[in-house]
Amino acid sequence: MEKMSRVTTALGGSALTGRTMHCHLDAPANAISVCRDAAQVVVAGRSIFKIYAIEDEQFVEKLNLRVGRKPSLNLSCADVVWHQMDENLLATAATNGVVVTWNLGRPSRNKQDQLFTEHKRTVNKVCFHPTEAHVLLSGSQDGFMKCFDLRRKDSVSTFSGQSESVRDVQFSIRDYFTFASTFENGNVQLWDIRRPDRCERMFTAHNGPVFCCDWHPEDRGWLATGGRDKMVKVWDMTTHRAKEVHCVQTIASVARVKWRPECRHHLATCSMMVDHNIYVWDVRRPFVPAAMFEEHRDVTTGIAWRHPHDPSFLLSGSKDSTLCQHLFRDASQPVERANPEGLCYGLFGDLAFAAKESLVATESGRKPYAGDRRHPIFFKRKLDPAEPFVGLASSALSVFEIEPGSGSMSWFVDTAERYALAGRPLAELCDHNAKVARELGRNQVAQTWTMLRIIYCSPGLASATSLNHSVGKGSSCGLPLMNSFNLKDMAPGLGSETRLDRSKGDTRSDTVLLDSSATLITNEDNEETEGSDVPADYLLGDVEGEEEELYLLDPEHAHPEEPEYVLPQEAFPLRHEIVDTPPGPEHLQDKADSPHVSGSEADAASLAPVDSSFSLISISHALYDTRLPPDFFSALVCDMLRFYAEQGDVQMAVSVLIVLGERVRKDIDEQTQEHWYTSYIDLLQRFCLWNVSNQVVKLSTSRAISCLNQASTTLHVNCSHCKRPMSSRGWVCDRCHRCASMCAVCHHVVKGLFVWCQGCSHGGHLQHIMKWLEGSSHCPAGCGHLCEYS
Amino acid sequence: MRLATTANEAYTASLAVSELLGCKQCGGGRGQDEELGIRIPRPLGHGPSRFIPEKEILQVGSEDAQMHTLFADSFAALGRLDNITLVMVFHPQYLESFLKTQHYLLQMDGPLPLHYRHYIGIMAAARHQCSYLVNLHVNDFLHVGGDPKWLNGLENAPQKLQNLGELNKVLAHRPWLITKEHIEGLLKAEEHSWSLAELVHAVVLLTHYHSLASFTFGCGISPEIHCDGGHTFRPPSVSNYCICDITNGNHSVDETQVNSAGNVSVSDSFFEVEALMEKMRQLQECRDEEEASQEEMASRFEIEKRESMFVFSSDDEEVTPARDVSRHFEDTSYGYKDFSRHGMHVPTFRVQDYCWEDHGYSLVNRLYPDVGQLIDEKFHIAYNLTYNTMAMHKDVDTSMLRRAIWNYIHCMFGIRYDDYDYGEINQLLDRSFKVYIKTVVCTPEKVTKRMYDSFWRQFKHSEKVHVNLLLIEARMQAELLYALRAITRYMT
Repeated sequence: MEKMSRVTTALGGSALTGRTMHCHLDAPANAISVCRDAAQVVVAGRSIFKIYAIEDEQFVEKLNLRVGRKPSLNLSCADVVWHQMDENLLATAATNGVVVTWNLGRPSRNKQDQLFTEHKRTVNKVCFHPTEAHVLLSGSQDGFMKCFDLRRKDSVSTFSGQSESVRDVQFSIRDYFTFASTFENGNVQLWDIRRPDRCERMFTAHNGPVFCCDWHPEDRGWLATGGRDKMVKVWDMTTHRAKEVHCVQTIASVARVKWRPECRHHLATCSMMVDHNIYVWDVRRPFVPAAMFEEHRDVTTGIAWRHPHDPSFLLSGSKDSTLCQHLFRDASQPVERANPEGLCYGLFGDLAFAAKESLVATESGRKPYAGDRRHPIFFKRKLDPAEPFVGLASSALSVFEIEPGSGSMSWFVDTAERYALAGRPLAELCDHNAKVARELGRNQVAQTWTMLRIIYCSPGLASATSLNHSVGKGSSCGLPLMNSFNLKDMAPGLGSETRLDRSKGDTRSDTVLLDSSATLITNEDNEETEGSDVPADYLLGDVEGEEEELYLLDPEHAHPEEPEYVLPQEAFPLRHEIVDTPPGPEHLQDKADSPHVSGSEADAASLAPVDSSFSLISISHALYDTRLPPDFFSALVCDMLRFYAEQGDVQMAVSVLIVLGERVRKDIDEQTQEHWYTSYIDLLQRFCLWNVSNQVVKLSTSRAISCLNQASTTLHVNCSHCKRPMSSRGWVCDRCHRCASMCAVCHHVVKGLFVWCQGCSHGGHLQHIMKWLEGSSHCPAGCGHLCEYS
Repeated sequence: MRLATTANEAYTASLAVSELLGCKQCGGGRGQDEELGIRIPRPLGHGPSRFIPEKEILQVGSEDAQMHTLFADSFAALGRLDNITLVMVFHPQYLESFLKTQHYLLQMDGPLPLHYRHYIGIMAAARHQCSYLVNLHVNDFLHVGGDPKWLNGLENAPQKLQNLGELNKVLAHRPWLITKEHIEGLLKAEEHSWSLAELVHAVVLLTHYHSLASFTFGCGISPEIHCDGGHTFRPPSVSNYCICDITNGNHSVDETQVNSAGNVSVSDSFFEVEALMEKMRQLQECRDEEEASQEEMASRFEIEKRESMFVFSSDDEEVTPARDVSRHFEDTSYGYKDFSRHGMHVPTFRVQDYCWEDHGYSLVNRLYPDVGQLIDEKFHIAYNLTYNTMAMHKDVDTSMLRRAIWNYIHCMFGIRYDDYDYGEINQLLDRSFKVYIKTVVCTPEKVTKRMYDSFWRQFKHSEKVHVNLLLIEARMQAELLYALRAITRYMT
């Protein structure tokens, strides 16, 4: 504020100079007005009425018009205006309804000239005619506007707005006879000064009082209005109907609005409550003010541009008892603090990004968005070189489209709909889900399900049948493999061959799930056992013996904690595991992944039928039963769930969680579970899979989740007689005063389960309706509706 | 859920009834019932208002379509059709706005939890010992899950609500004393502090219930049948009331006698209306001719303000507050005190500097969206409501009279309109009317049927209810203006 920036503006000979400055008044100001010569300003308020000279460095009090011993209410000013033709002429509007004119040319100390006491209520606004020397207009709380000729003792004409209090009156600058008035009920009226009987035009401009209006100094048809609804609107009055051309939304009710001289689209506003700043808006950019003056500590009550042709000086008076001169160049510019980047997702997953051109230009190879058939051009602005905003306005908009199909989530929807989560034995659920996943081409997931089944189901009947099933599926492509097993001599060769592959293809995501050290060890085991390079021995030797040997080796490395582990089983599965590691689309390979992932123990079961040519199956069953409890794997399974969740497939995590239920739940902390559930439910709801989501909610064991479907369980019902909604009570209709929930079959009031048709609102006892609809398809109430019971 | 709620409601209501009906004072009520042992309460009062004969009041069932929807809405929102609604339905246009506002304040989105809202309603009504409103809201408070312990007194409520007690007190009796320090004290109380939005909600609720208490007493609203004092278990044939009925304020029998005595001076009151209309006509015509000087105008306000202090009813009997209500008081002695009588100088509040339309509205709407709009509508309807009738006369412009009443009430609160000639008040409002206004607005608990009957004797009951609407809205606006100005000062 103390900046000594000196501004000189050439104004056809005369020059305005000054700086941002303020001076203290003795009392709060209600209004200010500037003299024609731009060198003096008058400040009026409840207990102040003074003229200040605006000098280069300061305001100097020139004249106190508030004279007399006893302050009269006539001096309690609501508004003041200085005549733009005659620099000796002033008019004030008093809160008690008196309009006073002042002649500075009077020789006496009291400059009061004339007193008009025609208004019955507070006068809110006075306005001189812009070119006529003696015409004064006033608008009052009593709903009347009066036009005074200063040469006469009383008003020339009275205009009745017929719509509540008048808040502002303004003569049009261009049209000699026209003036606009604004009203407390939101109306704006246009009057011809010669026709006091009725207004030329009336329209509702705002919701709630319109506090102020201002005609555009150059553009003849434009009127700006500001209201309590926090809006500034610019109206084009030249057309047949007043058309809103611009609208600025501010943060508080708008008390004053003033067009900025020489800037066609700028206007200054101040507010009546809460917000103390003065804003200058470019009406074409209605979201961020072009400039902001923050000097005042209480609400600004009056603003005026110092000179009608100089856009850089703004004067303001405030309730904080200060008078300020603001220099436009000292204003703070909110746009500098605004974030010039915007980011938004489209309905179809497209991403739009707008930023300053300079920022985007550095990244070459990205074309600025030019719009395509699918999207209309959102915002296109002609750049006007005369605009002060030019630098900021040139932003680049890029749109990143999603490749068609890549964002498709149909697998998610399919999976969600087809998964079975409960109601059947675990093994069946796993198999079903594995099948679903496989059909959708998600082999890894299918594999996981299969493994889970293997881990958690006893290897009895269920596993055997399901295995047959899976083998049957895989048999077409798995034939060569079967052969390789049948031809026992081929096995070692195959084993060593694929072992190499195994080490190469180690990066498959499946292996993450695997206890890697175990894998390594088993690999080493294989290398050890087979690294002895005695394929012939192996081939020729007694199978049992061979395996016995391996058994001796194995426990030390892989599972020292499981001494009862039986090797014969182990040897082959390990080989198979290796055989099947290379990634491929074959089902069998996928299936073989399962032992890999779940741990070598499981191999026995899964591969038993394959190995049945060796008649090992009996052993494997026996072994399994006596072996590891499923608990042993829970850590592994939990790891797997976390892996899926982290991969973004929370669907898998939750589904497994639900299917396995108690088996794993205790191993994962509540919060994580809750998090998974909420994410999955959220996803399901985004895809409108309400049924699935509700099923998930219902099956969840977490309290926080299962209470989700306890909320908003209100069911709005219609009365079955008058078909109008029953607002207050569920069973008695307010309108037809009848009990609504009568059974249409037995005509008794239904207590308990009430089932009704959503088409015709008739219904009754569940049993009765069921019975009825078995025999008839029409509504039992006889309304003719074809009800459906499902 | 709705079903469950209503069932619940019915349950609690019946519980409340059976508890309350225990009418401990009169053991006589017990044991004289039907063979089943169920005691059936009978209404005690004569219709919804003790002041207005039952036959004057609209009978439920004979209402027109507009009133019917209002009743339906009221019933849907509150689950009851209370006596206030039944009296206010004289002016359906206002009632609609009133119900909408009240519903929004109590049940719709807002910064305060539901049980807080009812508790604040209880606090506010208890300032005026309005057992009618307290009883209603105790039920509602319990129904929305409020802690019954709080009802044992303000000191059992959370510290946050206790802090509000001071504001409640000042606002009810001397709103001009509210300063920004009061506001600051509430907003900066560490963990017990209020947010601005909550505070505005609370202030609106407090003022709403202060003025509603005025209405309750001003129109002599009878207790609801399920509340204390609203029923008896004696068969109607029993003629002598037991003592507890009388302490609960059911002196209806005595008062009908007074009423019949009042009818003697019918001819007097006829001239009253004529005289009033004549004065209005005169004021209308000669307003421009006799132009009072500025000093004169200023002093007229001061005179009116001072005089309003001495306007008090002669029968200043002390009403003993009902037991259940008094527990909400910490300071019963703190009542309405006239400011200049106590020698303190309170600067006059100039409405031109802070008025509802420009300032109050913006502040309320900013902090508690939509409520500003609702209250604004309510003020507008109350202020502009007219049927252009006065007693038996039709096509009368009553705006002058309404403005005089409105401004007189604001004058009592020290609020001055620069553009009003306070001499008009003296011309238009006679002493008995002023006594009534003053009592209803400032000490509503002291309103008696005699006061109600003695002003505007020739006017219809609906017109007297209309006056009450003006009184309560003017009072609410006055309190709001002081409270909101303090909040504005705090914010700047």
